[in-house]
Amino acid sequence: MTNRERDEVSGTETTGHEWDGLKELDTPLPRWWLFIFYATIVAAIIYWVLMPAWPIGNGYTKGILGWSDRANVAADVQGLRSARAPMFERLATATSTDIAGDPELQQFARAAGASVFGDYCATCHGAGGAGAPGFPVLADDVWIWGGAMSDIERTLQVGIRSDHPDTRMSLMPAFGSGILSAQQIGDVTEYVISISAANNRLEANTIAAGRGAAVYQEQCGVCHGATGAGDRTLGAPSLVDDVWLYGGSRAEIRRQIELGRGGVMPAWGERFDAGTLRALAYYVHDLGGGEADAPPPAPAAAPVEPSQTTPAPLR
Amino acid sequence: MTAVAKPGSRIDAMAIGTIIAAGAFYAVWGAANATDRAFSIQMWTALVAFLAGALMLFFYIGQDRAEPPTRYENGVIKAGVVASMFWGIAGFLVGVVIAAQLAFPNIFYFEDFGWLNFGRLRPLHTNAVIFAFGGNVLIATSFYVVQRTCRARLAGGLWPWFVFWGFQLVIVLAGTGYLLGITQGREYAELPWYTDIWLTIVWVAYLLVFLGTIWKRQEKHIYVANWFYLAFIVTIAMLHIINNLAIPVSFSGWFSYSLFSGVQDALTQWWYGHNAVGFFLTAGFLGIMYYFIPKQADRPVYSYRLSIIHFWALIFLYIWAGPHHLHYTALPQWAQTLGATFSIMLWMPSWGGMINGLMTLSGAWDKLRTDPVLRMLVVSVAFYGMSTFEGPVMSIRAVNSLSHYTDWTIGHVHSGALGWVGFVSFGALYCLTPWLWKKKQVSHALVEWHFWLSTIGIVLYITSMWVAGIMQGLMWRAYNEFGFLEYSFVESVEAMHLYYIIRAGGGLLFLLGALIMAYNLWRTATSKEPALERPRDVPAAGAPVAAE
Repeated sequence: MTNRERDEVSGTETTGHEWDGLKELDTPLPRWWLFIFYATIVAAIIYWVLMPAWPIGNGYTKGILGWSDRANVAADVQGLRSARAPMFERLATATSTDIAGDPELQQFARAAGASVFGDYCATCHGAGGAGAPGFPVLADDVWIWGGAMSDIERTLQVGIRSDHPDTRMSLMPAFGSGILSAQQIGDVTEYVISISAANNRLEANTIAAGRGAAVYQEQCGVCHGATGAGDRTLGAPSLVDDVWLYGGSRAEIRRQIELGRGGVMPAWGERFDAGTLRALAYYVHDLGGGEADAPPPAPAAAPVEPSQTTPAPLR
Repeated sequence: MTAVAKPGSRIDAMAIGTIIAAGAFYAVWGAANATDRAFSIQMWTALVAFLAGALMLFFYIGQDRAEPPTRYENGVIKAGVVASMFWGIAGFLVGVVIAAQLAFPNIFYFEDFGWLNFGRLRPLHTNAVIFAFGGNVLIATSFYVVQRTCRARLAGGLWPWFVFWGFQLVIVLAGTGYLLGITQGREYAELPWYTDIWLTIVWVAYLLVFLGTIWKRQEKHIYVANWFYLAFIVTIAMLHIINNLAIPVSFSGWFSYSLFSGVQDALTQWWYGHNAVGFFLTAGFLGIMYYFIPKQADRPVYSYRLSIIHFWALIFLYIWAGPHHLHYTALPQWAQTLGATFSIMLWMPSWGGMINGLMTLSGAWDKLRTDPVLRMLVVSVAFYGMSTFEGPVMSIRAVNSLSHYTDWTIGHVHSGALGWVGFVSFGALYCLTPWLWKKKQVSHALVEWHFWLSTIGIVLYITSMWVAGIMQGLMWRAYNEFGFLEYSFVESVEAMHLYYIIRAGGGLLFLLGALIMAYNLWRTATSKEPALERPRDVPAAGAPVAAE
């Protein structure tokens, strides 16, 4: 190393090499750097001794702590299940009135329902069940398949037009594809408007509506009823209110008669356990428009609480 | 040392011509038999490129390329500087667009026209900044550095030009392919099988040019920057080939199936993905650091011993760290342990480069006040130190359980990508432009603007992503008193809105800085001011250069 020279600034020797004017000092490794490097190696070795680490043949070194992610996850899930179990058991036999009358159970059902609703239902039905075109509002008191908690739970269980064998199923024909003429569809549109609360804002053409009445009775009344009140057992929406799944303008109503659209809701009974379904049914029932369960004739049905007439805040 | 290579005896031109002819033949066949429209467009693009390549080749052969053998090959490096700047701005721009799309999802979203959707622009952004910008910077600087530090002209005659143009074709095929919806679905390895094969050919040529130049060097020792460049080239070749082992469904369609499946496939992908960071974005750019910082500071490298130890430790440890991308997944826990512990052991080897970069300035710290180019290089090393500390921390399983899948990861990547890779590249390009075009130095006032705009941009970017990421992680794991998740996923998305806007603003500042830089470089290269030739590049200087 004949070319070694001493750097004036640092007082350190160079290595004697030079490339394109670049030189290197022969500074020793910084001690702190070396010590931390050794410390990380020691820490790694300790970790290997404690935890699953090195592959050996068909297995691996298990580590002296016996730590296992699989076992930990299973224990965590089990722990959560058992912590929730007593409440879910109470929920399984409770009616909507029972739940509403038991603040502890009600809070639990709301929390369980809200967490599932937020991740699975809100995607289509919107946060708080606000709905979207083609996806019914769940926060109002208008129900296609029934608004009692048992009805809602049944709908969740089997889905709508789902692949469940007992799915709720209704199928409106696409009247625009050859069943009715454009003229007839226009007439029926006017008739539907004339019998609905939308007449106040849309003002149906009475002459066309008169022509449409006959077509309605022949084609639509079977499901939607002679008066247009709808039929929940068939899943046929009421036409006398001013709530429209695919939009309430004249053009949108006409379009729905032409296309006969119907959405699909999965059968959640295959995805969630009974307790979760019950909580979810209660949550939806509690959003604002839940109806009392049908079987009890209940002339003295519990008065509708104020909290049930306005949408409950999510969570 | 006879100077003139006779036309007709040029093996390099004949070999390159053969590759171009074979490529063109395949492109015609592929376009004629394409099983889908996207593949057909790719083949037509390749055909146009090969025909342009053939024209360039005839032009080169026809020209008498007899240059004084003592001259370095500079043309291909100039082309690399221009390409780096071009692809850099393209990549940053796409980054700003997708950052805006995350904050306002309707921007450039067309239901019936998928070209500009986030899902296609995102790989376009990552590939443009890493491979198109970063790759061109690495190729250009490595060609510059290896010649000067070996005192030898680039080996292989026309092959360096083949590497350059071949790499640009990879970029064009990749970018247009992503817009067409062609992807392997492997992060940072989205290229379809035929582009993978073309990249392999280009990369092997790159390796041979680099090795050939080292082989005929006139210096006894190999400079540290060249170790890092060589490690980068060799390892990227290995990673690229293994991770992309696949069987095409048809030789006239783009789709292929990976040779691996399940968790083995995931591990192979992240072994690749992490080492793309380690060897492309770290080792390669350390090569840049080791030449340009001591050069610009005019000081000797701080410690030769540290450079040796941290080089070998980095090379040995990095290759194990990939499994930390798959914590708490189907990957066996023992593999996660190894990934995490090797990442922690990697901390000091990474910092060895930082120490060598920063301490080289001892005795020249005052230059930071007057030389914004040097300041950019030094700040890049500071960001390097920060993200190579953050990385090992995030690889600890307990930390990762909070940070994984959140925007914290995005912030971490960008403190490395914008701060380290971006700034060290900018510094090198600011140095190279006046050196190569033999012009006065770049405008320091404009570099100051670039430096401060970009630095503020980076700080906005990484701080907003830290807040966003930690908030996401905490929201996802929050349980209420009844044992149910407190927040739905979409609520955590909603909470990100403000931070996504801040992030897009940070990215915009970074893009503005790069535009100022492009203007500055263009003004320097085209200025009429007297030439400023580096003494060592003058052939008459004491040190002759090894010829072909």
